[in-house]
Amino acid sequence: MKFKVRGIDTFASTGGRPFDKNKPLIVFVHGSGLSHMVWVLQTRYFAFRGYSVLAVDLPGHGLSSGESLKTIEEMGNWVGDAIEAVGCKQASLVGHSQGCLVTMECVAQHSKKIKTLTLMGGASAIPMNPELLSLAEESNPKAVDLMMDFAHGPAGHFGGHPVPGLYHLNVGSMIVQNKEIKDTLGVDFRACDNYKNGPEIAKNLNLPTLSILGAQDRMCRLKDGKILADYIKGSEVHVIENCGHMMLLEEADQTLEILKKFILKNDPIK
Amino acid sequence: MDPKTYKFDTLSLHAGYQPSKNAGSRQIPIYQTTSYMFDDVDHAAALFNLERGGHIYSRMSNPTVQVLEERVCALEGGTAALATASGMSAIFLTIMTLCNAGDHMVVSSQLYGGTVNLFRLTLPKFGIKTTFVKPRDTEGFKKAIQPNTKGIFGELVGNPGNELMNMPEVSKIAKEAGIPLIIDSTYQTPYLCRPFEHGADLVVHSLTKWMSGNGSSMAGILVEGGTFDWMQNDKFPSMTEPYEGYHGLSFAEEFGPTAFTMMARAEGMRDMGPCLAPQNAWNILHGIETLSLRMEKHCSNALKMVDYLSNHESVAWVSHASAPGHPDKELAEKILPKGTGSMIAFGIKGGKEAGAAFINNVKLASHLANVGDARTLVIHPASATHSQMDEATLKFAGLSHDMIRLSVGLEDFEDIVNDFEDGFRAAKKPRLVANK
Ligand SMILES: Cc1ncc(COP(=O)(O)O)c(C=O)c1O
Repeated sequence: MKFKVRGIDTFASTGGRPFDKNKPLIVFVHGSGLSHMVWVLQTRYFAFRGYSVLAVDLPGHGLSSGESLKTIEEMGNWVGDAIEAVGCKQASLVGHSQGCLVTMECVAQHSKKIKTLTLMGGASAIPMNPELLSLAEESNPKAVDLMMDFAHGPAGHFGGHPVPGLYHLNVGSMIVQNKEIKDTLGVDFRACDNYKNGPEIAKNLNLPTLSILGAQDRMCRLKDGKILADYIKGSEVHVIENCGHMMLLEEADQTLEILKKFILKNDPIK
Repeated sequence: MDPKTYKFDTLSLHAGYQPSKNAGSRQIPIYQTTSYMFDDVDHAAALFNLERGGHIYSRMSNPTVQVLEERVCALEGGTAALATASGMSAIFLTIMTLCNAGDHMVVSSQLYGGTVNLFRLTLPKFGIKTTFVKPRDTEGFKKAIQPNTKGIFGELVGNPGNELMNMPEVSKIAKEAGIPLIIDSTYQTPYLCRPFEHGADLVVHSLTKWMSGNGSSMAGILVEGGTFDWMQNDKFPSMTEPYEGYHGLSFAEEFGPTAFTMMARAEGMRDMGPCLAPQNAWNILHGIETLSLRMEKHCSNALKMVDYLSNHESVAWVSHASAPGHPDKELAEKILPKGTGSMIAFGIKGGKEAGAAFINNVKLASHLANVGDARTLVIHPASATHSQMDEATLKFAGLSHDMIRLSVGLEDFEDIVNDFEDGFRAAKKPRLVANK
């Protein structure tokens, strides 16, 4: 669906159903350099089960126009505005990787709008490897190869995508490479590297929160994910074994099952 | 700092398969089943509606076939793949996914004969027309594009003339026109060339050939590069507009770099059904395990054969992109640095009769209508596959009476030569040599 946020053309996947602002809304926020396409194995399920879904493309990403936002704070604020732009008062938020920082910021800035928060492959800070950061800022495709290497667990490196015929290392890499790398991945990596509010915000969160962590995540290590979850009062934590950072693809079914239980409990359809 | 993702040879042995998810079985299990149990009705509904991944019915997907799809996809550097019952069905499914009645394709004229028939005779029945362009005529591809053209299709090294299509240049033409470039890479395999690195958007293979190498099974595959933007223009409504078959799903919006394969499976495979048998997928996978080793030897044996034939008194001419003086040698060195494959065409002195005598008197080389077997194969088109054709028609197909087509195998080079010497001896006195 195309709509405008702050006057700029924005795209969000609605999971294959027409958007209905009267249904409970779940907003999915992608990670660095990526787009709505990473969420397809979670969004369609909810969209066909009574929820409204928006897997947004952040400005300058995927099918959204505009320039990439430069800080996590701006991105968090933008997600709050996007919820308002579609005429909704409240939403559940689901973030992956950088999207976890963005959704936490969104809760901090728009607390009344957010009902529940799900963090996948998150950490309270995502400092970047300096070499990877500069490769991304130079639009060097090697940055994407390194990202795909780090993002997939040892099992994920062999493939085994849940959707027959898809090879997930190259799917992720093409989503990033179909944009100018420095304008999306480069900007995003820099924003992650600069962001320092994570621990403070996490300690003050006061809403139902779920963390889904990959036991073999090399982007945001399991121990860092657990530290973040420990900051958050009453956070549910699920660790997926044999899984890296891309749990939403590597172990899409398990991820969906965990998310389903959490959403149905904390943001049920009335 | 370098990425530690697996490289080509490792992928050819491992990509797409995790033993831990298959009872620890080191070899890939053959899932000889038509259908798959649902957990409950919710699970069934979710699978049917593409909400989650998994298998429903083996026409649509099968776990053994899935490994083959991912493996070839990994080797090609693609995002998604769809395996089919044969190379022809891969090509047909690709065109049927791309085109509607009233559409048009621009196609290289030097193709496998079956593919020529498909474009020339069968696709027009569905309202899809084709303009053929000679592979070396790069500008010709541009000139042939019409407003309703939906793609450019070609084989990188044409058969049997061994003329090269300038893939990087033709891909620029396709990009400018906002249409995809589709390459049949059967003769190259991803070991010799990865067309996505040279601007192709979709790749098809007959896996029946070098990919398997064992000559046991028919199979084909479509691989998507994930590079083509289907939404850049309004030429591909079935990819970009809501599709009724899946509650108004827009494949391009939802699946981006895998949209074409998702559509080809969800519509083409669902409705036309040329699915690959799991046993055949397994046989092909077995071959792919040794792809690099085999292709290396195919190419080195082919180089030796080119040298041997070029210096043979009974040979009038030799065509192979590595041969001295081949007009595409420079281009071949650029896009096929590891070798130009193992297909050789040569002219035998003495014309049609000599050709027939040669074929009838080789014993090691197999006389049959396939290519890319691990064994050496020969055929004399003028007296076999194209025996009904007159001189002019032969010429149009790039054939001549004296041409022998050779697919060089992995035997010891000396044994192939000894066999050929018998053939050449017989060809010198064709009338004295009766049919076997
Ligand atoms: C280049 C090429 N493409 C496609 C095909 C058709 O493949 P299949 O025989 O597997 O249907 C062939 C078969 O000879 C071929 O040589």
